[in-house]
Amino acid sequence: MTVDGSARAFRQHGRVVVVGASLAGLRAAETLREEGFVGALTMIGDEPSEPYDRPPLSKQVLLGKVPADGTALPRRRALDAEWRLGVAATGLDLTGKRVRLADGQEVGFDRLLIATGTRARPWPRETEADLDGVFVLRTADDAARLERRLAARPRRVLVIGAGFTGSEVASACRERGLEVTVAERGPAPLVGALGGVIGAVAAELQREHGVDLRCGIMVTALEGDPAGRLKRAHLSDGTTLDVDVAVIALGAMRNTEWLAGSGLGAGPRGVACDAGCRAFDVHGIVTDDIFVAGDVARSPHPLFGYQFLSLEHWGNALAQAEVAAHNMISSGPDRRPHLWVPAFWSAQFGVNIKSVGVPPMGEELIVTQGSLAERRFAAAYGHQGRVIAAVTFDHARWIDFYREQIESAAPFPPVFANVDRRPEGLRPVGADFPDPALPTHGPTVTLSGYSPSERRVTFTPARA
Amino acid sequence: MTATSGTLLHQITDYANRADPYPLYAELRRTPVARQDDGVYTVSTYWEILSLLHDPRISSDVRNRTPQAGGDLPPEDDTTLPPSFLRLDPPEHDRLRRLATRPFGPPHSPRRIHDMGGDLVRMVSGLIDGFQGREQVDIVEDFAYPFPVMVICKLLGVPHQDEVLFHGWADAIVAALDPSPAEGPQERQRTAQRARTELGTYLAGLVEEHRRAPGDDMLSALITDHGPDGQMSPVELITTAVLLLIAGHETTVNLITNGTLTLLRHPEALKRLREDPDLAVPLVEELLRYEPPVQLLPQRTALADIDIAGTVIPAGASIWLMLASGNRDPRRFDDPDRFDPGRRDNEHLGFGSGIHYCFGAPLARLEAQLALTGLARRLDGPRLVADPPPYRQNPVLRGPRHLPVAFDGVTA
Repeated sequence: MTVDGSARAFRQHGRVVVVGASLAGLRAAETLREEGFVGALTMIGDEPSEPYDRPPLSKQVLLGKVPADGTALPRRRALDAEWRLGVAATGLDLTGKRVRLADGQEVGFDRLLIATGTRARPWPRETEADLDGVFVLRTADDAARLERRLAARPRRVLVIGAGFTGSEVASACRERGLEVTVAERGPAPLVGALGGVIGAVAAELQREHGVDLRCGIMVTALEGDPAGRLKRAHLSDGTTLDVDVAVIALGAMRNTEWLAGSGLGAGPRGVACDAGCRAFDVHGIVTDDIFVAGDVARSPHPLFGYQFLSLEHWGNALAQAEVAAHNMISSGPDRRPHLWVPAFWSAQFGVNIKSVGVPPMGEELIVTQGSLAERRFAAAYGHQGRVIAAVTFDHARWIDFYREQIESAAPFPPVFANVDRRPEGLRPVGADFPDPALPTHGPTVTLSGYSPSERRVTFTPARA
Repeated sequence: MTATSGTLLHQITDYANRADPYPLYAELRRTPVARQDDGVYTVSTYWEILSLLHDPRISSDVRNRTPQAGGDLPPEDDTTLPPSFLRLDPPEHDRLRRLATRPFGPPHSPRRIHDMGGDLVRMVSGLIDGFQGREQVDIVEDFAYPFPVMVICKLLGVPHQDEVLFHGWADAIVAALDPSPAEGPQERQRTAQRARTELGTYLAGLVEEHRRAPGDDMLSALITDHGPDGQMSPVELITTAVLLLIAGHETTVNLITNGTLTLLRHPEALKRLREDPDLAVPLVEELLRYEPPVQLLPQRTALADIDIAGTVIPAGASIWLMLASGNRDPRRFDDPDRFDPGRRDNEHLGFGSGIHYCFGAPLARLEAQLALTGLARRLDGPRLVADPPPYRQNPVLRGPRHLPVAFDGVTA
């Protein structure tokens, strides 16, 4: 690898500030050191704890199997960084190259990595959100508080929102033998991420495990007793529900408020950046020294019509952090694109769920292996005649195959015979997403290469 | 001038090259996917093998093979036991493997292997105690074979004294896995079928005994346990028992023997293991990469045209996945021909991958770790008597037939 003089000098004497001390921030910092950055490194994080892992919070931690403070991320190497934990970044001076902190101090940088992630979307009415018994689940503290309350065996738990977090919370409650009601505004659980066909499977799964699942319904109010404890929920169908715990699982909000007025292209959907993780300013001009990674980033993906994707995926945070860090200390053609294929997993009600690609882009779906009725299957999503995504329920060992299908723009519906083709898989059905806002054009591309440094885009002409 | 890949595969299966096939694998990797003279497609590079192991267009059921596919066809007169789950595709494979997993591992039996640890340590000690007063042993006959046999007998609930019975049957069954284009493959298949039937009959008798008086073993659990998938049918129970009994020891023998040989060829690694038993964990992983007991999988069939590494493997073709070659692929592993017991990022193909990933991997790992640590700790001045040692005929389950090792004494 060749590095020009300035990149080499930067590796020796540069100052890097990483705002956000979670998965993306930590892995980026480690990558910087691994790749030879010996300059000054400052890590800023608003939580007081060292970087920790979040996926176990809604699973093992809520089951009481792992303590909430027991999910610290393993360190790949010593960082030799200055840690500013428990203090949030409050502003960014792009011209002066300084990050402002909540304690009034400022930290100067030559290059900045923004990895501030997301936070749980709170219950919209503050007085109700403040009731004792109303929880969100994003941080280790959230998980610790909720676990304590579940251990005290509430009579009924209300989960508001049946996305992945809400469904995992409901699963943990059932595993602990607690009565749980799930209220979902859409027609089925997981419907936004996986569509109505798979959502119906998830609904069946919940009901079979004893969840009182109510779809097409909203919680209109949370009511407390005079002592400020949650006691009742009011639903849009006019019914009420006596509950002493409510978990708000309405998705996440990106932590970009601190960048307001900075001149960066940052907003509620995240911080826009190019495929090399360099942030855009408000004019759409790429910056040279501001990089973004993880849940807060929003970057164009050639496989998905160059749409700007923001992904709340563990694997994306990791991969994007490594690319961002590499590019921070490289220049010109040594820089790499972040071409990670979106992928995530969930564990709920004893089922392992994995997904690759961008299911909501899919218009149609075909069960390629297994069967929906057995709730063990692989299904592919189609978009304009190609495979755009896939989901597996207890079929995870096949997921890499589908990733390759997506990367190589394989035709949809799939034409191949496979080891496990059953009658229901013979024809595609509508994937049944509630909001079919689909892009209408875009070049078709193929990903190639095995290691990140080899991954490049190859133009693939559309099939006639 | 290089040999054509067709000739290469003959060289790889040729017994003359059994002791060191690795230069031939390196040669084979120059053509990651190669069509052989007889229509078989060899796949020899890491990423391509891994990809095909996760490809639902690849069948493990030899009954999907077409006559023009190349490779062995199932004998037409096969009226014996149906295939075990190793040779089946989903959904039958998945159901049988799930049933077999219930009494073996997580989530239903997470402690089965862990709880055998004490017994395993005692078995290793007992065998090494038997070396006292001798100056030389055959690691295969005196250690690497008897140990896994004891273990699998205990695990399954098979009387250990019956080893004399099933030893011959196991030999015949394993010999039929040998895909070498040697003389008499049909005869070998028939002998293997006969052995499988006899072993099946023997195990059927055992199953009846366990049904009457269940013990704390896997056979008893498979007979008495009821899960969401129901139970195995009597024939499924027997084919599964045949598979577990044979796969449960025929491969581990090679892992332990190859391990001993490799350690004696790398005295510094042997010394490190003696001083630090924790090294056994990464060391066994490296062994599985460096000298995998299962060198190749010659049983796969393409169900569709598969475009891979610039070659289209046509539907119906027979595919050989060259695991041991993938394990030495320099595009995946740094300095792949170096034995590095502390190697990191070691996702080898020693146990395969995908839905047929070695069922017994947790047990095989533990057996090899304890066996090699025991030898390293207790043998004084061990040295090879012959290098290379004589090898077994089989190129698939490759390992020494005998491994004479001399030593100065046995530490208590």
